Amino acid sequence: MGLIKEGKLVNDPFKNVSACDTVPAKGPVIVSIDQWIVRRDDLLKRSSLIGIWLKSDEHPEAIAGDLVHLSLIALEFPSFRDGRAYSYARLLRDKYDFSGEIRAVGDVLLDQLHFMVRSGFDAFEVESEDPLGAYNIAAADYSVWYQQTGDGRLSAAELRDKGVRR
Amino acid sequence: MYRYDEFDHKLVQERIQQFRHQVKRRLSGELTEDQFKPLRLMNGLYLQLHAYMLRVNVPYGAITSRQMRKFAHVARAYDRGFGHFTTRQNIQYNWVKLEETPDLLAELAEVEVTGIQSSGNCVRNITSDHYAGRIKDELADPRIYCELLRQYTVLHPEFSFLPRKFKIAVTGSPKDRAAVALHDIGLRMHLNDTGKLGFEVLVGGGQGRTPIIAKTIREWLPPEHLMAYVEAILRVYNLSGRRDNIHKARIKIIVNQMGIDQYRELVDQEFDRIKGDAKGIPEAEIQRIKAYFAPPEYEELPDFTDKLNTLRLTDKTFDLWMSSNVAEHKIGGYAIVNLTLKAPDRVPGDITATAMDAVADLADEYSLGEMRVNHRQNLVFVDVKQVDLHSLWKKLGPLELATPNLGQLTDMITCPGLDYCNLANARSIPVAQDINKHFVDVDRLIAIGDFTVNISGCMNACGHHHVGNVGILGVDKHGTEFFQLTLGGSSDEGASLGDRLGRALPQEEVPAAIEAIVDTYIDTREDDERFLDTYRRIGMVPFKEAVYGSVDTKVVA
Repeated sequence: MGLIKEGKLVNDPFKNVSACDTVPAKGPVIVSIDQWIVRRDDLLKRSSLIGIWLKSDEHPEAIAGDLVHLSLIALEFPSFRDGRAYSYARLLRDKYDFSGEIRAVGDVLLDQLHFMVRSGFDAFEVESEDPLGAYNIAAADYSVWYQQTGDGRLSAAELRDKGVRR
Repeated sequence: MYRYDEFDHKLVQERIQQFRHQVKRRLSGELTEDQFKPLRLMNGLYLQLHAYMLRVNVPYGAITSRQMRKFAHVARAYDRGFGHFTTRQNIQYNWVKLEETPDLLAELAEVEVTGIQSSGNCVRNITSDHYAGRIKDELADPRIYCELLRQYTVLHPEFSFLPRKFKIAVTGSPKDRAAVALHDIGLRMHLNDTGKLGFEVLVGGGQGRTPIIAKTIREWLPPEHLMAYVEAILRVYNLSGRRDNIHKARIKIIVNQMGIDQYRELVDQEFDRIKGDAKGIPEAEIQRIKAYFAPPEYEELPDFTDKLNTLRLTDKTFDLWMSSNVAEHKIGGYAIVNLTLKAPDRVPGDITATAMDAVADLADEYSLGEMRVNHRQNLVFVDVKQVDLHSLWKKLGPLELATPNLGQLTDMITCPGLDYCNLANARSIPVAQDINKHFVDVDRLIAIGDFTVNISGCMNACGHHHVGNVGILGVDKHGTEFFQLTLGGSSDEGASLGDRLGRALPQEEVPAAIEAIVDTYIDTREDDERFLDTYRRIGMVPFKEAVYGSVDTKVVA
């Protein structure tokens, strides 16, 4: 397992305590939405970075008003077949203007990385002996996309319109 | 017809390269079958009863002669010399080998055809009217919007892992030849009060084990908002569709559970947020795509109807074919010709490599090199000169492609059934063949008139049995195949689902049951009333009595 962020293998500064009973006194943490609701004031007082772990049936709308306090949203893929997190990521970026880290966690299938990148994810927990190597192979799968998805890349139609040739 | 540019080609090449790598990982054991399954499915590769099956998209059903020759080559080189046209304007190969599929896909890519998203829980091949661009009653060519939607939905980053598969159909005519009300999204062009062209948007239609006619979610949508509106529907579905039960995961279920009004409200909220955005489709792109579908340069030809009428008088078989298989073209002096893949002793929708090559040659000679496949598993030549009709007909006959039964009782839709499919409960093909053997009298078939018989080998309804005037569903009862009949289904404008006739019948009793239904119809129809209208007028009881006898009418399967 390794964490890839912005195309690099990085150490995870966050401690994931979303499944724990207690929250450490200091340091960046990832908490569950329930923990956030119950301990909101305490967590804000800690003055460390805060991330929230959303399960695939937890809509980011529930924390839309709190996003200014949050540095990271971890979106869980309970199975690679559950595609809700793609829409959550897009809503976080386009609707709620969230500019912090959106991390793919859970069943992160490498063959789906390019979909995640384009939907607004910028960090990935990759299950592999060589996470960066695996990431680099998967991320290079496509250079052409038909859709504009708010990640700044131009669609094929826009490139055509600009007279760009491949 | 649309042609790939460098971008389209590059994307497909990258897709094949990715799949080649995935197949390699599967063959080496690096990927388990469970992990590989969704990857292969998104490239159209199924594991069937006896072998892998590859489903290849024919976007909106349009095929060039060059593509047809490639289909023939693939059938020879990678399959057993034939292919099968499906109800979703696709072609399937039933005997492909896993290790050969990347090469097969690379060959298809040469002619701009792919298996991308012909399966999986994503947006499938966009289907349309097979007469698109050639028929008089059309408001605009639906293929332009189909191509825009094709590009918009292919490898969509957000919508490739929906709760379940998603099918979209578009019609530009008031006469619905694309069964739009039986799709997850159906788009029907019409003019609003001010005479502006737009779409009626239907949502939540489908067949399968829970057949539902789609509901109107928006009466009129301007074309410039099509992508944003489709995106809003897909996003709401991706987030709200059920994922707990595969049989309840289609959009039709959630639309029904929520009610269309609530679903509409959610879609409208999302649409209002995103509709200002062109969705990465500049106006120039729409114009670029439109240009590909500009009509070919037609010759100014005199109307040949009178001379054809003389020929029809001298040759009854030609006359029959003209009546049933030839449709009016919007340009004078031209005609639309349907090539029925429904010769009596053949598997509906199947075509041999030899016939595919012959059809490609004929399309070059007689139809400006372009043809279509329709959702009733027939082929269509869209640009035939009237003056050529007789000579084309003579050449189609020996290929068994001139059976004059279009829209008639023997023009059956049939799924592959238990002969091929691992979902099936029963064999569909032998039932179709039995019916064909029973109904051989051409004059009687003409007297019966419009009459659709649709056969599915299981409740997944690939053979569209719910919307056949007579639907036949294969069921398994303690290891024996039985067939459940329904009456009154229709997939065209004013679509309806069939009602169950009564207890399921053994295979050998099916033709006689249909005979009894037909007799009852002929005896009770008024003037030139179609079977469907007679049924809607008189209801089920007379048909039930005719099939089961009066004693049996209370018996339900």
